[in-house]
Amino acid sequence: MALTGIEIYKHLPKTNCKECGFPTCLAFAMKLAAKAVELSLCPYVSEEAQQALEAASRPPIRLVTIGAGESKIEVGNEVVMFRHEKTFYHPPGFVVRVKDSEPADAVGKLVAEVAGYSVERVGIELKMDGFAIENESKDGGNFVKCVELVSSKTDLPLILMSTDSSVMSQALDKVASAKPLIYAANKDNWEQMTELALKHQCPLAVCEPEGMSELAELVENVTGKGVEDVVLDPGARDFGPSLVNLTQLRRLAVRKSFRPLGYPIITFPGEAAANAEEEALLAGQQVAKYAGIIVLDHFSPGMAYPLLTLRLNIYTDPQKPIQMSPGIYEIGTPKPESPLCVTTNFSLTYFSIAGELESSGIPSWLLVCDTEGLSVLTAWSAGKFDAERIAKTVKEFNVADTVSHRSVILPGKVAVLRGELEEELPEWKIMIGPPEAWDVGGYLKQHWSA
Amino acid sequence: MAAVEVPIEKWTGKVHEVTLGGNGRKSVVVGGESTLPFLHFEGSLPRRPVIAIEVRDSEPKDWSPHLVDAWGDVLADPAAWAKKAMEYGADIIALSLRSAHPEEGNTGADEARKNVDKVLSAVDIPLIIYGPGVAEKDNEVLVAASDVAKGQRVALGNCEEKNHRTIAATCIADGHVAIGKTPIEINLAKQLNILLCDVGLSRDSILMDPTTGALGYGLEYTYSVMERLRLAALGGDAMTAMPMICTAGEESWRQKEAKFAEGMPEAWGDHLERALTWEEITAFSLFAAGADIMVVRHPGTVERMKAVIDRLMSESA
Ligand code: SF4
Repeated sequence: MALTGIEIYKHLPKTNCKECGFPTCLAFAMKLAAKAVELSLCPYVSEEAQQALEAASRPPIRLVTIGAGESKIEVGNEVVMFRHEKTFYHPPGFVVRVKDSEPADAVGKLVAEVAGYSVERVGIELKMDGFAIENESKDGGNFVKCVELVSSKTDLPLILMSTDSSVMSQALDKVASAKPLIYAANKDNWEQMTELALKHQCPLAVCEPEGMSELAELVENVTGKGVEDVVLDPGARDFGPSLVNLTQLRRLAVRKSFRPLGYPIITFPGEAAANAEEEALLAGQQVAKYAGIIVLDHFSPGMAYPLLTLRLNIYTDPQKPIQMSPGIYEIGTPKPESPLCVTTNFSLTYFSIAGELESSGIPSWLLVCDTEGLSVLTAWSAGKFDAERIAKTVKEFNVADTVSHRSVILPGKVAVLRGELEEELPEWKIMIGPPEAWDVGGYLKQHWSA
Repeated sequence: MAAVEVPIEKWTGKVHEVTLGGNGRKSVVVGGESTLPFLHFEGSLPRRPVIAIEVRDSEPKDWSPHLVDAWGDVLADPAAWAKKAMEYGADIIALSLRSAHPEEGNTGADEARKNVDKVLSAVDIPLIIYGPGVAEKDNEVLVAASDVAKGQRVALGNCEEKNHRTIAATCIADGHVAIGKTPIEINLAKQLNILLCDVGLSRDSILMDPTTGALGYGLEYTYSVMERLRLAALGGDAMTAMPMICTAGEESWRQKEAKFAEGMPEAWGDHLERALTWEEITAFSLFAAGADIMVVRHPGTVERMKAVIDRLMSESA
């Protein structure tokens, strides 16, 4: 079990020297207990204390890196069951599977498409993360050829899928320096696969569908030989079993600090799905419920975009929603007579309205109020987006000097604020915009004349 | 080595069961969970989560062309629409009295009575009835609807803090269920449940709508508030233990990802595929967070959700 802050404090030097970056040893201990910092920040812990504290300072799920270079996938290091308890840190990698039995030109085309895919949302660029290459042909030569083809087309991380250790060895001889994930060691081949993982210093997936005890035993065999970076495949594929298995694995790791199963998990939603749509749903379930690597058998932009959006949503830190700093923003190149809209500093709200203003082609001013990162309705109901705050923001950022007119457009959802705002800002005309951001272009064309 | 012992949570609370329909009409019971969604190994999930299809009392003017294609002519006839929705597998019809909206017809109590009556006669599954979402009009048409549906145990929404007395009173008088809606906040949700109980509505006559954020538009807020509400309920707090209802259809189809076909970035992919996936992922994520009733729009979503829920509810899961 994880230690409490007080228990950890007992092992620290108690000199409050501040070198760890915290004002006191106790403050540092609290952060350690929350698994937010590494013990190594304190230069003065004794060897003995270090060992005692290792369990508390090590994350319950090991951070595992797949691939090398800029686009490597880092997963693990999670500390909670539910995102509201703290946050989820490392979004699962979306990896697309190709098979060495497929024609080379089809594989090449798919790889180019996936690797080149990128979509922007709230100012963040979203991309796919890598490729899994399966040795479906069972032929070593085919596999090596396919692996070489894929790696010639992309720098994204790879997963090599074969249970035949000699085939795996041939492929690793070509691409080991790119640190692919070896998939997978099972109870028959684990000794050979472990040797390969150690020889090439690559992460190793361990697959054991028989049960948790069997999986833990196999992991201990592998780690006992010296492999550190492990990825788990508990074998469950369908919606129900996957949810149950992944939940149990996460609980064992974060609630019980059970080391043998404290590793990221790989899933294959396409293997249980009847079609691409179901695969997307199962992948969605696994984004929210505990997958580290999700191997997809279908790729299309119409499905990748919603899935990447879901991942962004679930892995947003609930304690600090992405926020804009308050102030007056230029959309296009506005003039003093351009329209003025007001909104909250929740980034999503800002980006939706800014995006719409942008695409309306009407240059405008966007005044962002500090609502502590809440959206329009939520901020309003929490009393953080009221007439007083809006008026204060108008004054604070000298909006009257920026624009030549005296009209301000409120989001339609908070039309009720008009009366009070008229009292707070007597020189201003308060206009009520549309309730949804996407309508703002049409609204301006109809209602705005400066 | 020793067998790994899987940790089991010992929950003390349980979600209240709420019945809709009955009295000659098919009934649907939701709630009763004594564990988190679909975790059969540590508690019971006696009722499957259900799907309601949104039907409007007047032809929607601004719906996505894909919804218009999917439903065709019935969009102009609520009774025919409801029948078709039932054929597509709806467990519940969510009739929205939009024509009462001041900007969409401003119809009154008479029109509401007529339309509720039509839909009640057209289908034998339970109804949810929504007002147009404007306070005075909601009270007017929901009270009329309640009267027409007396004894049929429908769910009436939305019931918010400002109109909770009116809606609760009519639910008590006519034997209906109130849908308490609050803006994505756990304490507000709980407080409204307390208010409703205080005015005499029983616990088994309340559903809570925590406000749905669509995928990309606040989904994570709804998701986490629902997980927190459900954890509180399982922890023994009876005032957060009402079954939850979400409106994935309305919220996802009004976002531009679902709504518009033209002028969108190429990376957004095929419009129909994207729009359907948008609704499905919104709906499914919220089922995974504890939703008991999901109101959706597209028949394809109904089919897919049912298939997936079948698999998640099978005991062997
Ligand atoms: S560096 Fe070590 S001794 Fe110094 S304050 Fe931090 S924890 Fe205490």
